[in-house]
Amino acid sequence: MGEAIVITSGKGGVGKTTTTANLGTALALLDKKVCLIDTDIGLRNLDVIMGLENRIIYDIVDVLEERCKVSQALIKDKRFDCLYLLPAAQTSDKSSLTPEGMIEVINQLKPDYDYILIDCPAGIEQGYKNAVVGADKALVVTTPEKSSVRDADRIIGLLEQEDIEPPHLIINRIRNHMMKNGDMLDVDEIVQVLSIDLLGIVADDDDVIKASNHGEPVAFQPNTRASIAYRNIARRILGESVPLLSLEEKPGFMDKIKKVFGLAK
Amino acid sequence: MSANQTNQRITIKGTRDGLTLFMDDTCSFENLLKELHDILTSHHFAEDEPMITVKVELGNRYLNGEQESQLREVIRKQNKLVVDQIVSNVILKTEALEWKEDTEIRLHNKIVRSGQVLHVNGDLLLVGDVNPGGKVIASGNIFVMGNLRGIAHAGVDGNEEAVIAASYMAPNQLRIADKISRSPDNEQGGVHMECGFLDEQREQIIMDRISSLTKARPDLNAFERRIFNG
Repeated sequence: MGEAIVITSGKGGVGKTTTTANLGTALALLDKKVCLIDTDIGLRNLDVIMGLENRIIYDIVDVLEERCKVSQALIKDKRFDCLYLLPAAQTSDKSSLTPEGMIEVINQLKPDYDYILIDCPAGIEQGYKNAVVGADKALVVTTPEKSSVRDADRIIGLLEQEDIEPPHLIINRIRNHMMKNGDMLDVDEIVQVLSIDLLGIVADDDDVIKASNHGEPVAFQPNTRASIAYRNIARRILGESVPLLSLEEKPGFMDKIKKVFGLAK
Repeated sequence: MSANQTNQRITIKGTRDGLTLFMDDTCSFENLLKELHDILTSHHFAEDEPMITVKVELGNRYLNGEQESQLREVIRKQNKLVVDQIVSNVILKTEALEWKEDTEIRLHNKIVRSGQVLHVNGDLLLVGDVNPGGKVIASGNIFVMGNLRGIAHAGVDGNEEAVIAASYMAPNQLRIADKISRSPDNEQGGVHMECGFLDEQREQIIMDRISSLTKARPDLNAFERRIFNG
């Protein structure tokens, strides 16, 4: 029986969809059977980041309105046989997406998959409720910005009222030099305010945007900082204990030389 | 004999503020009313006398609403008498519970997150944080064992004596009764073990070390005082 995990944040643009795509990819790399569900009706993105946009025939609204079966709407990933996507509708009326319908779909998927990752829309209205209702666990994504932490706090408060395990935190888009200078909230501060368990931190990396634009999640790449971070989070979801990635940039060739001469810190 | 008894049921005392009627609390209410009526009608007030305020001491007698209005009616029939207050030593259990609730310390062990409101009657003792955007409200005092980063409103029903204290004080706003103070715009972090209360003129909220409360609010923990002041 699979586990349904909702990825949510409250605020828009902090990287829910990117996180969903990358965690799905990372879990698939670890040989888990994964299904991604995009619940952001009308503003679907997950298929674009996964590079599966051109394969969509049916979507989740078609499933809920019984125009097709769940298995017909699922899209198999280009790279993995064990990774599937249930896309959101781009045009249909979103009123047919109900909490009952979502639970129904997730229960149909659970026997066949190890993990079901639900990409939640921004906000705390009906879309959020639909995304959360069928989940067993929740991941809250935030960036080291005040507004984003505030919204994460709000979402955590709402999640606490749901019948769901205590949520875990992912801090995304960390810029190390800004955190060091105190221009950005630091990880400890965020964890202290939100007081939930930290699942992982992801550095702000140009490769993430590059990869997303190519329709290939960054977690697929072998050794960028972000891809390692996402794969570590996936391993933590599986229950492994993996230490947090150091945010320090790897010293380059010149830095090493400087160090030899005692010029670098 | 009977006259002697009736005289004992109601004792009238004149004070500077008016009359005080001490009522016997063992006889039946009907007898009491009747005697009160007799006493008051036997005394004639001159037309030019000023109005006299009357305080009624019931002793250990409880009056329900109807009885109280009957009593007031009997006294009011005398043109010159005005009922100022009716005092009794006893209250109903339900009223006592309400009183207790309003003065009890409510312990909550949680984090009040953005968008959440925690509203209690009586004093609030919060073991946990109030995050920015969160709000705690109490009719009495507020004590936060944790970080107060949101809004705290003490004495929400108008109690200007109420205080707010926190282990770490970095609030968006403090409110006491109908006074509001907000954090300074140039953010400078919070302070540890501080409290806020209204100054002596009851005009603005001042911040000080928690230890200063012993001077500013010496009767913070006096439950009885609150009972007698209502």
